[in-house]
Amino acid sequence: MTDTYERPEFRLTPSPSAESRAFWSGGERGELLIYRCHDCGHFFHPPAPACFRCRSRDVAPEPVSGRGVVATYTINRQPWLPTMPPPYVIVLVELDEDRDVRIFSQLVDVDPEAVRIGDRVEVFFEHWPAPGDTEVWLPLFRPERARA
Amino acid sequence: MSRGGPFEGRSVITGAGMSQVGRKLMRSGLDLTLEASLRAIADAGLTPDDIDGIASYPGPMAPSPGFTGAGVHDVRNALGLRSRWYMSGMETAAQIGPVIEAAMAVALGLANHVLVFRSVWESTAQAGGNRASVLTPEGELPEHLEYTAPFGALSPANWLALPAQRYMYEHGLTREQLGQIAINARRNAGFNPDAVFRDPLTMDDYLASRMISEPLSLYDCDIPCDGATAVIVSGRDAAAGLPRHPLTIESVGTGMFERATWDQRIDLTTMAAHDAAATLWERTSLRPSDVDVAQLYDGFSFLTVQWLDALGFCEHGKVGAFIEDGSRIALDGDLPLNTAGGQLSGGRLHGMGLLHEACIQLWGSAGERQVAGAEVAAVGVGGGPVAGALLLSTH
Ligand SMILES: [Zn+2]
Repeated sequence: MTDTYERPEFRLTPSPSAESRAFWSGGERGELLIYRCHDCGHFFHPPAPACFRCRSRDVAPEPVSGRGVVATYTINRQPWLPTMPPPYVIVLVELDEDRDVRIFSQLVDVDPEAVRIGDRVEVFFEHWPAPGDTEVWLPLFRPERARA
Repeated sequence: MSRGGPFEGRSVITGAGMSQVGRKLMRSGLDLTLEASLRAIADAGLTPDDIDGIASYPGPMAPSPGFTGAGVHDVRNALGLRSRWYMSGMETAAQIGPVIEAAMAVALGLANHVLVFRSVWESTAQAGGNRASVLTPEGELPEHLEYTAPFGALSPANWLALPAQRYMYEHGLTREQLGQIAINARRNAGFNPDAVFRDPLTMDDYLASRMISEPLSLYDCDIPCDGATAVIVSGRDAAAGLPRHPLTIESVGTGMFERATWDQRIDLTTMAAHDAAATLWERTSLRPSDVDVAQLYDGFSFLTVQWLDALGFCEHGKVGAFIEDGSRIALDGDLPLNTAGGQLSGGRLHGMGLLHEACIQLWGSAGERQVAGAEVAAVGVGGGPVAGALLLSTH
């Protein structure tokens, strides 16, 4: 059984910082924005104003494909929030562009029992109001569809 | 002290104390802290007038209700302590970091006898329903939950289930093997009258228990409790003539080589524990095979697996086989582990309970659960991006 994802009534939403704003708002244009170093070329996450590898300050968010593989996952079975009844799948996705970059998210539109490490997935975004009259676009993942 | 070590034998532990430990004791955090502190001071054969240093984790900051029962100044004020040196903090080598700072202070002569404590009263603090709100008073998600809570991952159980699953995938660890950590802890708790849970736990019970976040079930998670633990760290010269045999702090593990994250380490099947362990061993001529008893953090069973892996008690990735039938980690095994029941059965004293038990074992005061001839103890505390380790001996 493939569970068809339904948006929950409520999610806890972040208060984006100067560094994380791009990550949380790129979804407005359908883009997953990940910081990249212009000196060594590597992506990194979470965002920061310097490259932890080469210490370059020449870093900026850049769109990635939003495709990758399941590095690991867990089926959460404990109700933490009344609006998010279990089970649901929490996932770490390794991005195609840089396998060392892992995005913490939720994997939906999938039978939780059928999820495996190595599964191919793709991003989509969910628009939410956030604290302080702001908005965020949460990057969620679902099984990769055939490429056009 | 021919084997050197960072303190060259100048820093020792001379006393240990524990308060009443239990669930929903309805006593204040400071009350429990003072009980443990005064017991530790008396255990060392000292009076509060002798205590000229004090240290604690995490200090006054409180990420969740009951996470800390008292700060350094709360205890100083209550006991009228004259302190020549004091500190508290969170950005250190886990919950036992202040023990390491205290060892540095006495080695440098900044103090003679340092009271180091950690207290928690989560069981009482959260009984009133305070737990419901993870938000700050301003209604915002706290920074440490920014990347996890939006996706329904509110608990460390979720964050740790991820590397646990990956360790199983890469290294073949099974749930039955993981279960040995919980079963061993419960068996040992049966010999500890102060443990919170003491009824025997079978493999069938373990495998049938409610899943929290796969592969971690209820018995893979420790128990919030109220309680406080304290030790006295003394300079070796100042320890002369005290009743307890001074325990030498042979080495300390304080390393942190990668970013402090739960999910971005290059090898997802390692944690900060591996960096702490690497620095522990580079500072001493003692080897893992010299360790007689191990007290390794078990806020979740998988963290104990991480510490066994990190400290090199077996090859990286081979912990499953190491704990396979539980015999090696039992009280009469090669490496008796979490001999008072750990946090899984003893209660979440947040690392310092494990250090307390290491001391009790080395002093030969552990009663029915005593490991015969224990002379060297390893203590590893923390999980994810938090880690600190100690190596203690009777030498
Ligand atoms: Zn770079």
